[in-house]
Amino acid sequence: MTTDLTRSTAAALADLLTQGSISAREVAQAHLDRTAEVDAAVHSYLHVDTEGALSTADEVDRRRAAGESLHALAGVPIAVKDVIATRGLPTTCGSRILQGWVPPYDATLVTRLRRAGMPILGKTNMDEFAMGSSTEHSAYGPSRNPWDLDRIPGGSGGGSSSAVASFQAPLAIGTDTGGSIRQPAAVTGTVGTKPTYGGVSRYGLVALASSLDQAGPCTRTVLDAALLHEVIGGHDPMDSTSIDAPVPPLVEAARRADVSGLRVGIVRELTGEGFQAGVQTRFEQAVQHLVDAGAEVVEVSCPSFTYALAAYYLILPSEASSNLAKFDAMRYGLRVAPSGIPDPSAEQVMAATRDAGFGDEVKRRIILGTYALSSGYYDAYYGSAQKVRRLIADDFTRAFEAADVLVSPTAPTTAFRFGDKLDDPMAMYLNDIATIPANLAGIPGISVPSGLADEDGLPAGFQILAPAMRDDRLYAVGAALEARLAAAWGGAMLDRAPALAGSGAAVGPTRTKEA
Amino acid sequence: MADLTRTDVAHLAALARIDLSDAELDRMVGELAVILDAVATVQQAPIADVEPMSHPMPIVNVTRPDVVRSSLSPEDALAGAPEAEQQRFSVPRILDED
Repeated sequence: MTTDLTRSTAAALADLLTQGSISAREVAQAHLDRTAEVDAAVHSYLHVDTEGALSTADEVDRRRAAGESLHALAGVPIAVKDVIATRGLPTTCGSRILQGWVPPYDATLVTRLRRAGMPILGKTNMDEFAMGSSTEHSAYGPSRNPWDLDRIPGGSGGGSSSAVASFQAPLAIGTDTGGSIRQPAAVTGTVGTKPTYGGVSRYGLVALASSLDQAGPCTRTVLDAALLHEVIGGHDPMDSTSIDAPVPPLVEAARRADVSGLRVGIVRELTGEGFQAGVQTRFEQAVQHLVDAGAEVVEVSCPSFTYALAAYYLILPSEASSNLAKFDAMRYGLRVAPSGIPDPSAEQVMAATRDAGFGDEVKRRIILGTYALSSGYYDAYYGSAQKVRRLIADDFTRAFEAADVLVSPTAPTTAFRFGDKLDDPMAMYLNDIATIPANLAGIPGISVPSGLADEDGLPAGFQILAPAMRDDRLYAVGAALEARLAAAWGGAMLDRAPALAGSGAAVGPTRTKEA
Repeated sequence: MADLTRTDVAHLAALARIDLSDAELDRMVGELAVILDAVATVQQAPIADVEPMSHPMPIVNVTRPDVVRSSLSPEDALAGAPEAEQQRFSVPRILDED
């Protein structure tokens, strides 16, 4: 058969693998070849594990040949964000302080990927310790947006979003603390889900803000996201905040794609002013598609969202300053001796190491968090932010009485150019304006492509939010929208992305595979 | 709102164990002022009688049966150490000399 395996969805690859018409090795090799071809330009990966991916693939092929019953996604390869511990594979979090660190254990979600027989292609780039919206804060250089290599792929998970968007992986894992899965998905024309807080184990995630962090799927289709979500989701005794309840039927919801009679709430505070015209237009058209599919639209107001960004940028730095205290140059990671001090103390080594090992944004947030938590300022800053957090959760509770899901554009703009917001931290933070409320309240959210903005021809994202533990609704609405848009466009949006350097044709290389 | 001075930032950096250079300190004073202005707006929200929320989901204490299970081997635990000696982490001196 003539096909390019890297253009396939994970669901299609899973079918071909189950039928035995392709081998897991062929699939892994096709993606490794694609990476060899385009990643010099895109820079999605910090580490590629050719040997490990092929050996897992061979094992899957051997077991399948022996007639063993395998997981539906066995042999479908995946890329993993570098903030997630992978035994035997470097895990740097995009930071110099962890350069070369190889974890002695796997995160629970990685154990689940391995158990499902999913070859891990490599570790993806990110803003240092997931602080940023562009990957410009990675100590190892930024990843690039496959739609325009001069623009950001979103952040912090821009390595995962660009890997999936440039067909280097059918699936990737991201983490979302304030939008780090959804915003990169929006600006690269891909799909990304932040599950309900506690829905996916945090064991083995290097924590940024423990009360906000959540890992989830980065994919090209809604069904693929549901398939991956079911692999990694579910209770884990190793994470005390893990939800001890069954994961709702996500794949079934994605396959049914039924929105008839569903009440879709437009959040007044997350549309209109401050959103790029083309992003807003695509959003309104997407809402109309849902109406055509049988949904009912209501407008809801969440007045406290005005304070969400401010609350978030107090809560996050506070938790981060505490979490990052573990990088002390004693047990793992970088150790730097201060210059000009003979026989320095542990404390002096610690301070010199943290200066050399952390980048500007990490230092800014650690110091901001240290201030917000300090005696005399705690009530005014961290305490007030925690109260605003309650108001935001209450706003969601009220909104979900009037609507089954809430919708908004995922990010206020399409992908911006490198350097545009690097010197203005507040401008960078504003990228998260629509995604942050969900993290503060712990509810699930997904970003699905809504089309290309008229003014710049770049992808825009449509965000769907659901009540806690109703992640299935994200997939029902997302899949319904995706199907209607694909019908309107006559194909997937990513088919319209430009070819990358090294790619032969506009739709990427086609190679012949022996069936 | 209290303005953060250069001395304040230097003190916070020392508390956070980050040895900032003079140039970094100068830049950070200005940046933090802008960020603090923005985040201080939380104080204008109607929060007078609001219960603080530290966590998005209801938290219950989680326990497990007290059974022995395997953990990291000493080799694994020390594998990432900047310096190890006699199956222990080797660290710089922790006391002042005088």
